[in-house]
Amino acid sequence: MVGGAFGALVARDLRLALRQRGDALTVVLFFVLTAALFPFGLGPEPNLLARIAPGIVWVTALLAVLLSLERLFLADYEDGTLELLAQAPLPLEAVVLAKVLAHWLTSGLPVLAAAPLIGLLYGLPAEGYGVLLAAMALGTPSLSLIGAIGAAVALGARRGGVLVPLLVLPLYVPVLIFGVSAIDTRLQGFEGDASLLLLGAILAAALPLAAFAAAAALRQAVE
Amino acid sequence: MSRAATTVGESRSLHRFANPARFVRIADAVYPWALAGMAVSFLIGLYLALFASPADYQQGDTVRIMYVHVPAAWMALFVYATMAAGSASYLIWRHPLGVVAAKAAAPVGAVFTFLALATGSLWGKPMWGTWWVWDARLTSVLILFFLYLGYIALMNAFENAERGQKAASLLCLVGVVNLPIIKFSVDWWNTLHQPASVSRIGTPAIHESMLWPLGLMALAFTLYFLVVLITRMKSELLGARLRALGAAAAEGR
Repeated sequence: MVGGAFGALVARDLRLALRQRGDALTVVLFFVLTAALFPFGLGPEPNLLARIAPGIVWVTALLAVLLSLERLFLADYEDGTLELLAQAPLPLEAVVLAKVLAHWLTSGLPVLAAAPLIGLLYGLPAEGYGVLLAAMALGTPSLSLIGAIGAAVALGARRGGVLVPLLVLPLYVPVLIFGVSAIDTRLQGFEGDASLLLLGAILAAALPLAAFAAAAALRQAVE
Repeated sequence: MSRAATTVGESRSLHRFANPARFVRIADAVYPWALAGMAVSFLIGLYLALFASPADYQQGDTVRIMYVHVPAAWMALFVYATMAAGSASYLIWRHPLGVVAAKAAAPVGAVFTFLALATGSLWGKPMWGTWWVWDARLTSVLILFFLYLGYIALMNAFENAERGQKAASLLCLVGVVNLPIIKFSVDWWNTLHQPASVSRIGTPAIHESMLWPLGLMALAFTLYFLVVLITRMKSELLGARLRALGAAAAEGR
């Protein structure tokens, strides 16, 4: 029954996202457009672009995910759905995970799918694509999870939209560091780098931490 | 009937203020000693650090930056740990003093962190030839600085002060993951920043003539934190009293 409620919640958020198709599309467009800006600023030198490609992909992906964070709980908070969810038999921690999963499916996953395109535009060497996708598959769920803490904590705050990036960006730094270094070390010809394992470790730690912290923050918000 | 109700109300409000009142009594007793200790340890510590201690055989007089830099960095971590303890006691036991302490400590911690970063930068220029490197220790301390700022911003972002306190306390606890990263960053990664030389197992890798001024400066910084914390907490409690009295007056009792 709990599993059913979890699935229903994810399906509801996905349906909402699909009905307002603009949202997921905006994230991807933002991602591609921002990444396309850098060659204008830095000049089109192929060696330089290939070298900075992993960093650009990660930074812009991080900003794109950030863009959609504010609405993670805000609509439900404003129309009172959150209060009903807080009283439902499904624990609030599971509600958080369901909403994070839906958020990842509509922001992290599209960004992940668009990442090879950016790699192509920047002339990323062929051996980098596999590890790029692997790193983003491990890293972007962490972005959604950590972001959920920030979004839940800033719920109902003045200037919440500006506040969330301020709170969340410092916590994103480890994901960014290991995400980039996973690709960089592979491009330098090393196999079996620890960065991917560390990304996995961050995800494993963020999963329970985000669920508990965000649920505690939501409980205070609806109190 | 109404008489009984007021007594119950009064005793409950007395109960609520019991802890802060006891805190103020203890704080008033500690304050002069902390102030005197701070003055003495600053005087002796600064004299030893700036004049009596030897210059380093490689670094020359720039080594004296250490006597500000290292205690400031220790305090940056210590203050955050204090805040986390206060936040936890507030969230778990609803201890009002916990969040008052954390709120009062946050700007102090932010300034210590900034001081550690700024003096480190000044030290880095002659030693490493650069003001800043993106090394694990420096980056993680920079993140700590942003966590302090985020905590302060979140604390003040709500119309309802209690919401701000709870939200910021949660954020403070989440940020604790950064503390071990800062502490062990010099061991886990190959950094330009040197590893710990005082808190090693066995004897510290630093000579007594430098260890003494360093210890005294650390003591002075800690007492300074205590003095400022007591002052800020007391004014915070008085402010809360004032707001409560104002609200009671507005309600016409």
